[in-house]
Amino acid sequence: MHHVLIDHWSQGSSPLHARDPRAKILVLLIFLIVLATTPANAFVTLVIDIAVLTSGVLLAGLPPVGLFLRAAAILPFSLTFALITWLAGDLWRAVGLVEKSYLSTAAVLLLVGTTPLTRLLGALEALGVPRVLVLLAQFLYRYLFVISEQAQHLRLAAACRGGSAGPPRSRLQAAAGAIAVLFARSYYRAEGIHRAMLARGFGGRLSLLNPLRFGARDAAFTATIGLLLVLARVQ
Amino acid sequence: MTASCPMKPVIEVRDLHFSYADGTLALDGVNFTLYPGETVALLGANGSGKTTFALQLNGILQGAGSIEVCGLPVIKENLPAIRSKIGMVFQDSDEQLFMPTVLEDVAFGPLNQGCNPDEAVARAGATLQQVGMEHALSKAPYHLSAGEKRKVALAGVLAMRPEILVLDEPTTFLDPPAQHNLLHLLQDLPQAKLIVTHDMMFARALGRRAAFFERGKLVADGPIDEIIGRFQWDYSAFDAALRYSAQRRL
Repeated sequence: MHHVLIDHWSQGSSPLHARDPRAKILVLLIFLIVLATTPANAFVTLVIDIAVLTSGVLLAGLPPVGLFLRAAAILPFSLTFALITWLAGDLWRAVGLVEKSYLSTAAVLLLVGTTPLTRLLGALEALGVPRVLVLLAQFLYRYLFVISEQAQHLRLAAACRGGSAGPPRSRLQAAAGAIAVLFARSYYRAEGIHRAMLARGFGGRLSLLNPLRFGARDAAFTATIGLLLVLARVQ
Repeated sequence: MTASCPMKPVIEVRDLHFSYADGTLALDGVNFTLYPGETVALLGANGSGKTTFALQLNGILQGAGSIEVCGLPVIKENLPAIRSKIGMVFQDSDEQLFMPTVLEDVAFGPLNQGCNPDEAVARAGATLQQVGMEHALSKAPYHLSAGEKRKVALAGVLAMRPEILVLDEPTTFLDPPAQHNLLHLLQDLPQAKLIVTHDMMFARALGRRAAFFERGKLVADGPIDEIIGRFQWDYSAFDAALRYSAQRRL
């Protein structure tokens, strides 16, 4: 239930929550660029990056242990690639892969944990992300639960009819069938959602209840943190 | 209220035909009139054209024939105005509640109508209070029960201040107490209502008129008890057969 907890985090009222989401996205972008270009053994830069990230988590009032543990979800993937890189004889590249993927995930979690989804998507649209992608992201987030519930129902129905008892080949066939059904149902649901949106006057644009305002504090926040990260990188 | 009522109808449908892309004829020469404040139950078997008919009224599906809503022909130019006048509550509330929070969802319609955010929030708050869901403002829709979702879906429609409500199978997925709550809520609403339903008790409790669909045709329109009796569209119609088979088993 990560998605519910992060939803709960994003409803907070800290100074970081109060920043315009565009400011936070810009700072995240600077952070990711600085991190991507930092050598794996540039410890001072990495320590400053970690300090900035941890300060953000503390300032936002998010549980540091919870957030950093959740960021570890990326490790099975990055460790696999790191292992291959290490076996190929490039130890520092392997270390860099793990460091960068982990810190990037933590930074993204900090952004989504301090910004309600609709504001985050509104900011992405304001920054030029195509509207269709923004809408897709919103619906993916909203209907993840509904679709996973349907998948669970299909799995139960299959299990009730001995679906988990047959040979691997027939189980695989049953799973493929269930995925096809899930796709078809998702398609019909999408059609239903579109009709429901049209029925309430949707004209292609989602309006925000709290319009975005990029004020002086947001500009100062972006400039200060951005500059600190860049200076840490070029020192 | 009958068709001889001198009031101007809020919905007037003349000779409506509609076929789906695969060629299935879904509506075949439907004529229908609804007057202000009236409640009409749309009855008929699954696939008889009830929902397809309801979706024609606000231009989501468009067939041949003429439809007027509050005097406005259902044509592309009038759709924003018509969709403000007809509030549609869909059968599956999950399809209707697509915003991340209840407040944002209920405010979705008013924002599309051009209300400013403060006005949209005020309207959303007032309608959520009207349906008894003011405590759920900041909740995510997936945290609500089926009955609560239905109420929020209704609030989302009422926030647009429609003159007509169209409800598609409103009692589906609801337990008896939630059906009871919904019934009371709807009884208190002054809007004209079209209710697509298989629940005859619910239909009888809400209005006195019914229209019966059969294979895309509106084959009967009149007092609800007469229609139910004529088409044996109630459990009671099966009573005799059930009693007979029970006696045989004994």
